[in-house]
Amino acid sequence: MSENTNSTTTDLDYKKAKKKEEMKQQVVTFALMIVFTIIAFTMVTAGLDKLFVIPILIILAVVQVGFQLYYFMHMSHKGHEMPSIMFYGGTAVAFLTVLTMLVLVWW
Amino acid sequence: MSTTIAQKRGIGSMLWDYLTTVDHKKIAVLYLLGGGFFFIIGGLEALAIRIQLIKPANDFVSAGFYNELLTMHGTTMIFLAAMPLVFALMNAVVPLQIGARDVAFPFLNSLGFWLFLFGGLLLNASWFLGGAPDAGWTAYAPLSTTSPGHGVDFYVLGLQISGAGTLIAGINFLVTIVNMRAPGMTYMRMPLFTWTTFIVSALILFAFPALTVGLFLLMFDRLFGSGFFDASMGGNSVIWEHLFWIFGHPEVYILILPAFGVFSEILPTFSRKRLFGYTAMVFATVLIGFLGFMVWAHHMFTVGLGPAANSIFAIATMAIAVPTGIKIFNWLFTMWGGSIRINSAMLWTLGFIPSFTIGGMTGVMVAAAPADYQYHDSYFIVAHFHYVIVGGVVFGIFAGLHYWWPKMFGKILDETLGKITFWTFFIGFHLTFFIQHFLGLMGMPRRYWTYGADQQLELGNVISTIGAFFMAIGAIVFIYNVIITTAKGEMVSGDPWDGRTLEWATPNPTPHYNFAQTPLVRGLDPLWIEKTEGRKGMTPAEPLGDIHMPNPSILPFIMSLGLFIAGFGFIYQIDDPRWLIVAIVGMGILLGAMFIRSVKDDHGHHIHKEDLEKGAGL
Repeated sequence: MSENTNSTTTDLDYKKAKKKEEMKQQVVTFALMIVFTIIAFTMVTAGLDKLFVIPILIILAVVQVGFQLYYFMHMSHKGHEMPSIMFYGGTAVAFLTVLTMLVLVWW
Repeated sequence: MSTTIAQKRGIGSMLWDYLTTVDHKKIAVLYLLGGGFFFIIGGLEALAIRIQLIKPANDFVSAGFYNELLTMHGTTMIFLAAMPLVFALMNAVVPLQIGARDVAFPFLNSLGFWLFLFGGLLLNASWFLGGAPDAGWTAYAPLSTTSPGHGVDFYVLGLQISGAGTLIAGINFLVTIVNMRAPGMTYMRMPLFTWTTFIVSALILFAFPALTVGLFLLMFDRLFGSGFFDASMGGNSVIWEHLFWIFGHPEVYILILPAFGVFSEILPTFSRKRLFGYTAMVFATVLIGFLGFMVWAHHMFTVGLGPAANSIFAIATMAIAVPTGIKIFNWLFTMWGGSIRINSAMLWTLGFIPSFTIGGMTGVMVAAAPADYQYHDSYFIVAHFHYVIVGGVVFGIFAGLHYWWPKMFGKILDETLGKITFWTFFIGFHLTFFIQHFLGLMGMPRRYWTYGADQQLELGNVISTIGAFFMAIGAIVFIYNVIITTAKGEMVSGDPWDGRTLEWATPNPTPHYNFAQTPLVRGLDPLWIEKTEGRKGMTPAEPLGDIHMPNPSILPFIMSLGLFIAGFGFIYQIDDPRWLIVAIVGMGILLGAMFIRSVKDDHGHHIHKEDLEKGAGL
């Protein structure tokens, strides 16, 4: 019985530690996302070369989407394999569609 | 006790029951009735086409009406016959095969059906309202954007509504298969029909949005003066072709994969052996689904995409022959050394293998881009896709209906009539379409309403038309079989074929909660495992308890009716803006029903343990 109680407390401690870790990650990513947004806005207002700005903006956007999905929407947790497959499947099809329009229709 | 109550019920309450049902087994029956109805309409259109082509310069129908016939034949058969019939089998079987009590979203299941039905009715209403769509089932722009009258508008709105239903149904099956499998039913223990349903649902999820977008663009071009496909306004008509085929190619796999699943169920049962190469079969199914998205441009080799694009799509297309070949050989090996019973379901399966293989071979022929310049838009193509769609999908549907009829309706379809259906349909099918390969090679173009007397195409067309009538006779015998079986057939046990998978573990008739206790799955072919260990039924995974079931609802019917009414408003507002009132009323009905659904709590009902023991819900 006492062992059982012990295991619950360790379990609780473990969960607490994990929650704390998660909170830290969320705060860090949140700060990073704000920084990214500031970078994006300053780049555009600074009037840099378009060929330089647009790729950087796209990269920043992709990273932000990743942060959003994995840290705020908990896709990094277990049990998200099927949503991930569906998500990346859909992304792949959408990417292929856009690529077709670019390569085969407009160019 | 309960059967006497059922017999005493009037037609009115029976009708109300089906209008409001959320039970997957009853929705399967609805899909079967709806799909069967449109199958007959599409078949009549096909017969009219064949009669028109029986002799040179025939005037059975006019050129314009012929265009409407061929457009509606293709559209009806793909969207309104084959798809719902496949959904009928999925609804009837998949929840039972995974040991679930219903699908994940019973309300949406019903909504999906009614959207399909009202979309189909809207599309076919065009026959009586100034002419059906006449731009081919592919509705290529600019032909579709410039087609006079309202025909193509009905095509756009009708397919948009029924397409929404299909998308809903696909998502529903995805969630059902991911979340509602019985304890022990891991992915690699799922029956092949469930696997193919799963892959098909994923294909629907990813492919149908492309159709939705394409149809919206077409709708705006036709009804609201935009110019997405109009080159004179800076648009590009090839965008439609891409969008249509990004949807359209996965669509043919959406149709054929469930048929593959049906055959993969029938062969082990009637060979009394487990499916040969189960893992390879699953892998091949996934691979076909994956490759199905990378090959759409093989419908567009002659558009002028350039040699690089054509080569890529040609090679990707040929690659699909590999997983399909794996499947064909696995089916043959399943039969090898088995104790084979040949009945109607098995006959359709045996007829499918060579027929589909011919279609596959011509498929590799037309996949070779340079050769395709010769085959393109000729009867060779017509022959090819009828070999895969009729020889694959329709044979699969017939096989599945014969196999699962005792599960759906409690009675076995008459074997003699079943064999007559098979042989007339099978002979008629090859008579109709085999000769069309040669008609195509001789230069007969598809979609032309007539041909000249000096072109030597007459004999081939006469043979083809005779074959079409054989197929019609086969279909009529099948309908007669259904009627006679319903009237005179005897109820059988829940497991008439000595089956292997979970759906045969339920009694006949299947209670509306399917399983009183969720079964425990201990491997592939779970019922067979229990049988080999001397048990009569499944080992339950839970004690007998209260069962939570969803309540019936009329709202899906009302929502779909609202969209149906709104469809007319959108189509005719271009003639007179006052028709917008109809559109607003229709959308109002839809939104009102959605609002009621949102605010009204509906927690379903419980069937109590004590009532279960007394036989409630049977």
